[in-house]
Amino acid sequence: MNEISILDIISPIMVGPSSSHTAGAVRIGLLVRNIYNKKIKKVKIILYNSYAKTGPGHGTDKGIIAGLLGFNVDDTIIKDIFNTPEASKLEYIIDWEESFTRHPNSVDFIFDDMTISAKSVGGGEIEVDRINDFSLSINGKYNVLVLVVKDKPSTLARIADIIQKNDINIASINCDRYARGKNTSCCIALDGDIKNSAIEEIKKEINPCLIRYINKLGQ
Amino acid sequence: MDIKTFQELKQTIKQTNKSIVQIAFELEENSSNLNKNELKKIAKKTLKAMKEAIYTGLSAKSETNGKMGGFDCNKQVEFYKNHPSVFGRLFEKIICYALATSEENARMGRIVACPTAGACGIVPSILISCFEEFDIDKEKQINSLLVAGLIGKIIAYKVKPAGATAGCQAECGTASAMAAGAMAYLFDYDIDIIINAAALAIKNILGLTCDPVRGFVEVPCIKRNPFLAIHAAVALELASAKIESVIPADEVIDAMEQTGALMSADLKENSKAGLAKTKTAIIMDKSCFTKKYYSELND
Ligand code: SF4
Repeated sequence: MNEISILDIISPIMVGPSSSHTAGAVRIGLLVRNIYNKKIKKVKIILYNSYAKTGPGHGTDKGIIAGLLGFNVDDTIIKDIFNTPEASKLEYIIDWEESFTRHPNSVDFIFDDMTISAKSVGGGEIEVDRINDFSLSINGKYNVLVLVVKDKPSTLARIADIIQKNDINIASINCDRYARGKNTSCCIALDGDIKNSAIEEIKKEINPCLIRYINKLGQ
Repeated sequence: MDIKTFQELKQTIKQTNKSIVQIAFELEENSSNLNKNELKKIAKKTLKAMKEAIYTGLSAKSETNGKMGGFDCNKQVEFYKNHPSVFGRLFEKIICYALATSEENARMGRIVACPTAGACGIVPSILISCFEEFDIDKEKQINSLLVAGLIGKIIAYKVKPAGATAGCQAECGTASAMAAGAMAYLFDYDIDIIINAAALAIKNILGLTCDPVRGFVEVPCIKRNPFLAIHAAVALELASAKIESVIPADEVIDAMEQTGALMSADLKENSKAGLAKTKTAIIMDKSCFTKKYYSELND
């Protein structure tokens, strides 16, 4: 993963002032929007630590809302996002907290039916590290298949088999077992784009409690 | 194929007879799956964004987001109107363009992080003012951005360009080296001088801390950008006279890595020491972390 490209160095084109606090915040908003995957009507956002302390001066709060609304990191609307008609249709509360147990740049999104946590790890790179009770790792660089399945032997192998059959390379897999014999969350990063038919096949074969396909973020 | 050190770069150029630009394009075509034309398009778009940030910033005169700046570029531009710099027009432009971009960044304007948002004024101020003053053709403009990127890429293999990793030497220092090398390319100097200019720029900025007041990318970042841009110009002046860095470029980067690792975390973007903990900074910080402060900021 140590590959650095020339384009990485001379990018992104973004709204300032900080890649982790502004561009990272927008990217977190965009990724959470992909994960939630339906119209967001109401959300409570909690910014932690450095995100709370220096967030407003860096436009972290604006960036997060802009991302949730689907605006990209280089959109000059971000500065005035709170005054846009799009934002006025969204019911949101932003809170600020200090917590020693959380990453310096972290944030929670509390929807009525889902909780998502994310952090900004530097240089605009981000990670969603929790959905509801499951810890996982989604960085927006890969298309990701997220599943919650009954913890039974060989489930993972069967899923991997279906993905492979569809000619898609698996970049990484990480799993989190909530409690033995209960549910496991599984986060499969893919090199390509998976077909709907393959997702249907997994649904039929495995009968997961939850399956969601999350597209990577654009450049 | 990948190139991870300046030594490898120099060898490849000497062995294959390819130019630094050819090598930069080939490396990028390999790693990104984009072809040369697509890469050129991205570079063109990037240069356009750099120019737009400069020209927006030059005519702006409003407070930055963290309320610690936003008027310096205007002051400098107005001053030069009646007091032209004794160092000439290029010098004026470099300083004003760097200030313009950095202030625009702190105002939540659109900039190119190059390599980071905090250091966003250094490479553009050098490139764009040279393009304008020396009438550089479009092709060469694009190439110079790739040369800058290639230098940044080689440095980033050892030291991630982030204040939190290795202090400001890794952000503004890297940007300065990129600018120095790109400028050497613009003036048709050979690979030895390009690399030497980058090495000299880094060597002179080792140990630069990252201690932004109140954690915002404003103090010292905004004023640091014109300094480090001129710093790149000095590096080129020395390198083009064939003054060599006694320590080879790759070893200078090793030194930057080690210096960054030894630097206290308090001086790496945490705002727990240095300028961020001066008497004045602490007073300024007191108003922070209150509801009133947040509501004021979002007025
Ligand atoms: S002082 Fe820190 S935040 Fe400011 S430009 Fe340098 S590295 Fe970036």
